[in-house]
Amino acid sequence: MLILDGVSVEVAGKEILHDISMEVEPGKTHVLFGPNGTGKTTLLMTIMGFSGYKVTKGKIFYKGEDITKLPLYERARMGIGMSFQRPPTIRGLKTRQLVALCAKMKKDPEELARRLNFTEFLDRDVNSNLSGGEIKKSELLQLMAQNPDLVLLDEPESGVDLENIALVGEVIAELLDKAIKHFDEPMIEHKKKRKKSGIIITHTGFIMRYVKADVGHVILNGRLSCASNPEEIFACVGKFGYEECVRCMI
Amino acid sequence: MHDLKERAKKALKKKAAIGRDIDLSKYKLETSHEKASLAQISETDLLSAGIIPSGKGRSGSYIQEDHSVAHCNITQQGVEVSTIADALAKYDWLKDYWWKALEVDTDKYTAFTELQPPQGYFMRVEAGKKTDFPLQACLYMEEEGVLQAVHNIVIAEEGAEMNIITGCTTASSLQSGLHLGVSEFYVKKGAKITFTMIHNWKEDVVVRPRTGIIVEEGGVFISNYVSLKQVKDLQTFPTAYLNGDNAIARFSSILVAPEGSYLDTGARVYLKGRGSRSEIISRTISSGGTIIARGHLIGDAEDIKAHLECQGLILTERGIIHAIPELEGRLSGVDMSHEAAVGKIAQEEIEYLMARGLSEEEATATIVRGFLNVEIEGLPPELKREIDRAIAESENDLF
Ligand SMILES: Nc1ncnc2c1ncn2[C@@H]1O[C@H](COP(=O)(O)OP(=O)(O)O)[C@@H](O)[C@H]1O
Ligand SMILES: [Mg+2]
Repeated sequence: MLILDGVSVEVAGKEILHDISMEVEPGKTHVLFGPNGTGKTTLLMTIMGFSGYKVTKGKIFYKGEDITKLPLYERARMGIGMSFQRPPTIRGLKTRQLVALCAKMKKDPEELARRLNFTEFLDRDVNSNLSGGEIKKSELLQLMAQNPDLVLLDEPESGVDLENIALVGEVIAELLDKAIKHFDEPMIEHKKKRKKSGIIITHTGFIMRYVKADVGHVILNGRLSCASNPEEIFACVGKFGYEECVRCMI
Repeated sequence: MHDLKERAKKALKKKAAIGRDIDLSKYKLETSHEKASLAQISETDLLSAGIIPSGKGRSGSYIQEDHSVAHCNITQQGVEVSTIADALAKYDWLKDYWWKALEVDTDKYTAFTELQPPQGYFMRVEAGKKTDFPLQACLYMEEEGVLQAVHNIVIAEEGAEMNIITGCTTASSLQSGLHLGVSEFYVKKGAKITFTMIHNWKEDVVVRPRTGIIVEEGGVFISNYVSLKQVKDLQTFPTAYLNGDNAIARFSSILVAPEGSYLDTGARVYLKGRGSRSEIISRTISSGGTIIARGHLIGDAEDIKAHLECQGLILTERGIIHAIPELEGRLSGVDMSHEAAVGKIAQEEIEYLMARGLSEEEATATIVRGFLNVEIEGLPPELKREIDRAIAESENDLF
């Protein structure tokens, strides 16, 4: 689904990510751990294709295609979608209108918003005067409308209160086609057919209660340290801290 | 009246306080066609300025072509729409409103207008009455190089409510002309006027409106001004006097200046009544032209509240937006503020929408559409619809 091959990234003239290689297979969800300011957001922004994130080395492949130089919106149209940590406010544009645009007018924003208990916000300007948790819901709502194949989630649970965390978690699981529900075929068969992939940045790890991740990584000082069992990494980080964790995993 | 003519004569050479000086002699007062008729005016030209030719959904209409009245009617009791000449002949008291909201010798344009035979419209709603549908007025310029000078008077008697939509536009064949428009508004105690004006000018048209508004106790004046098409040179600076306690004036303008346009606009409000409130909001876009967005609030009474907001977007490499917000507090019990921002569209916003699959052009258009989508408190839905329609129509020119 996604392959990063030795990617280094410069932001504002400074190299932030060094020689990152990773592969996300179809149907798999990865989690990224790491302390503040180590380049987690930078990695997602680079995959999405934002202009301030310059790939100075290496290549990015998506669905078998080299997308390193592809414009942002073409990546979006190929099925990459992202929820942002701090999205901008867009004055005069209603959330309802944006959700309809994301869905290419094919889904009803009202119906999608109901799933997130977010209907009362549909007629507000996009990201205007929203609390941290409301921003996360607004981002998820847009992703539900977009229905991407590769879902990039930047700290989707931070700022979300306890009442809403389960809801947010369930919606993310649905986006990744990982929701536990009744299938007409054996679960194992469904898993094989699952195509949706994801990369989730998490600080708290709460999200892992609702979305079972397949692979975990730690980013420290712009370097990606390992690809291992996410639960193990999380436990290790919790016990010994990131530095120690990276050392032990190598 | 004699005295007014004298003062006007003396001011015929008086340059305006703001704006390029216009040589009036370059335009013609005589026109070749005799009597205007609605049938001769293109429906699309009218519709583009928010005017419905059939008058359906309007409580009254006034349509003037160059110097003659093409159409005038009313469909509601207690509501008057007539030519100003008829009204002056009918009502002796109207002279008490003639040049009372602005001075006849303000500048050469007001003076010149006074020295012409009276043209323009008169609108009045009786005390306690309310227009069921908006009244519409259209000042239409047809003949190349014409000078159109009108003097309008609008009165909302005590407790009355009126919605007006005014469209100023030209024949599609016309290139140049000069429009002088004097307008006086009187909002009596507890009355409300919502005035929505859509300007639809041409590349070589020069426009000099002159507007005065007097609002009495508890009265409300709401002005929405929309100009999205190219216009060579437009300068307007309506002044409202909130004389009564708790009076309100709100001015919103949505302006687009394509290359070759020069718009110098704004509003001035004197808050003289205790507890009076005012708001001046502009959303301006330059796609190559120049916009000067003014606002001058004068706080001259206790407990007044006033706010000024100028937001400007420059879409092209070249383009000028010059915001001049002025706050003048004349005593301590005033609460006045302003906020102004001019710049290009934030790259971050464009890319955010691109991440949702919109191309750069689509993202820009979406943001601009939002930018122009000003929420105007108390704006009747049918007027909001006209504004939205005008914006939607002009989008093709913008991108
Ligand atoms: N626009 C920018 N200009 C300069 N430095 C930036 C910019 N964006 C991010 N950085 C820097 O890049 C580093 C990584 O940031 P980020 O990817 O946001 O970290 P994380 O998401 O892991 O907390 C930080 O040191 C941050 O200060
Ligand atoms: Mg981050």
